[in-house]
Amino acid sequence: MIALLLRDIRLAMRAGGGFGLGLSFFLIVVVLVPFGVGPQSALLTVIAPGILWLGALLACLLSLDRILALDWEDGSLDLLATSPLPMEGIVSVKALAHWLTTGLPLVAAAPVLGLLLNLSEAGYKWLIISLFLGTPALSVIGTFGAALTVGLKRGGLLLSLLVLPLYVPTLIFGAEVARRGAEGFDVTTPLLMLAGITCGTIALLPFASAAVLRVNLR
Amino acid sequence: MLEVSDLTIARGGIAVLEGVSFTLAPGQVLVVRGPNGIGKTTLLRTVAGLQPPVSGRIAVPPESLVYAGHSDGIKATLTVTENLKFWAEVFGHKDYLTAIEAFNLGPLATRPAGALSAGQKRRLGLARLLVTGRAIWVLDEPTVSLDTEAVAMFVRAVRGHLAAGGMALMATHIDLGLGEAQVLDVAGYRAKPLADHDFDGAFL
Amino acid sequence: MNLNAFWEYANPKKFIQTTDRLLPWFAGLAAVTLVGGLIWGFFFTPEDYRQGSTVKIIYLHVPSALMAINAWLMMLVTSLIWIVRRHHVSALAARAAAPVGMVMTVIALVTGAIWGQPMWGTWWAWDPRLTSFLILFLFYLGYIALWEAIENDDTAADLTSILCLVGSVFALLSRYAVNFWNQGLHQGASLSLDKEENVADVFWYPLLVCMAGFVFLFIALVLMRTRTEIRARRMRALLARERMGA
Repeated sequence: MIALLLRDIRLAMRAGGGFGLGLSFFLIVVVLVPFGVGPQSALLTVIAPGILWLGALLACLLSLDRILALDWEDGSLDLLATSPLPMEGIVSVKALAHWLTTGLPLVAAAPVLGLLLNLSEAGYKWLIISLFLGTPALSVIGTFGAALTVGLKRGGLLLSLLVLPLYVPTLIFGAEVARRGAEGFDVTTPLLMLAGITCGTIALLPFASAAVLRVNLR
Repeated sequence: MLEVSDLTIARGGIAVLEGVSFTLAPGQVLVVRGPNGIGKTTLLRTVAGLQPPVSGRIAVPPESLVYAGHSDGIKATLTVTENLKFWAEVFGHKDYLTAIEAFNLGPLATRPAGALSAGQKRRLGLARLLVTGRAIWVLDEPTVSLDTEAVAMFVRAVRGHLAAGGMALMATHIDLGLGEAQVLDVAGYRAKPLADHDFDGAFL
Repeated sequence: MNLNAFWEYANPKKFIQTTDRLLPWFAGLAAVTLVGGLIWGFFFTPEDYRQGSTVKIIYLHVPSALMAINAWLMMLVTSLIWIVRRHHVSALAARAAAPVGMVMTVIALVTGAIWGQPMWGTWWAWDPRLTSFLILFLFYLGYIALWEAIENDDTAADLTSILCLVGSVFALLSRYAVNFWNQGLHQGASLSLDKEENVADVFWYPLLVCMAGFVFLFIALVLMRTRTEIRARRMRALLARERMGA
């Protein structure tokens, strides 16, 4: 398991691995927003938490098809499936590797981008906490979507179509935490819901992903 | 010990082979032959547990089988050593140097696998079998793109594996010079077009 | 009826034979109740003292919303049957129900917008119930797209069944999330089969007839589409067999 995790992280870091791609996309989305809505800093302060969450979500989505498709193409997935690793473990490790190489950098970059969007001072703490709690769910749900579409030639678009509706609860509660935090309100309820969704998806969704992947391999 | 009895297998929901039976005891090698499209790959994938059989029984000790398909599962950006080391760790072993030696990969060890030729990649893919420590090798066209020298390396590796009590089940078209190999010609097991085994039977 | 007898209908041939006899009845019932209910509702009910004649769209809006959700529930049940018992008709019924459910969702959304315009002064508001239906629409879209994208029938059935299962959980979560996110404009009490106080009898009875009409319409459409799917599947099986024989 650890070998697989290390390999995936190493692959992501090497040339052509796509590390930093999500991060750059996040940056570009955030930079483009003021061009679209205008430079008034009061307006930007209001929409900053939502934009940052949405940007992180889209950046995450961008790299989902790499989670399994590359291993599918070069046959690694067949070989992994016949290895001692359980399929549930494989998909969990894949999701973890995706989070470490995509989600975590997004969490780290969010405060810097928050500066660009004039995020209120109280917002930074809750933005980081909500992204830190929420992005693992995005990776796990995304792995499920990637497993569903792994054998398909034009799977990329379908993957987005399947995964985006599943992202709705995470986005709502995550952005709610960031927004309430930025406005100085109590964040307990959405925070607990967000944590609950993340824990629930991490605990249960790998079973669905593994089942789907087994179907796709046969 | 690998025992397959009265196996029916399907590809894309249609039965391709039926009534396939064979046994493989330690030290034995079985070569599967048959024309293209008959279902050799499907048979090997089914034996490897990648897809369920339509009917029949596959008796194989748990955690004893390793599969090598058409693609080698090699990561282009990792070096030869890194690729092998990864598979060794996945299968819970440390030793990958014997495998490097067996397929003469030493001079290539630090090269990224993406820079290898097709034959060299295949050698790396076959070296993977040695690091798994598994007893039953299930190989689909193992000698594609290998030159005669590399084929000899492969045959030596298989013989060594058999001598250590291993088994091998492989589909191949060329004569490897493995005199001891038993041959299973699956052309005789072609599923009859009107057989009622396939999943769509209920719809007809 | 014992359970084994029930599973017999999972045989495609038996299903076609049975529905041959049932389908005209359901189609007829759907036509009678729908025409009757809608005429009753549109022409023989008084106008609401607050909402005027706009209230009459309720006879389309509520039943279609009801069926939009029930269609998904039916898909969930048939998906589970496929996963557990692997009856092909069950998977095909789920496939057949999806577009019907999606159209019901669209009808509910469109009639909602038409009703909302005079009532709330806007075509669209991010009201929780409207938003939930929009999300439900997205789920239908993804589900249907996945069916269409996969060539092998059994693989498609397996994958869509699991998607339906996982999707149901997330759809439910979204419902709560959306409720939490915006408290909304909708009338507080929704319509359920026990009579609500905010709907007077004169509106309630024709509404019940319309709901029954939509249920029959849904059953008739799903049966018809399932038969089509079975025949299409049969055709593919025959073609595949022919190719193999050649």
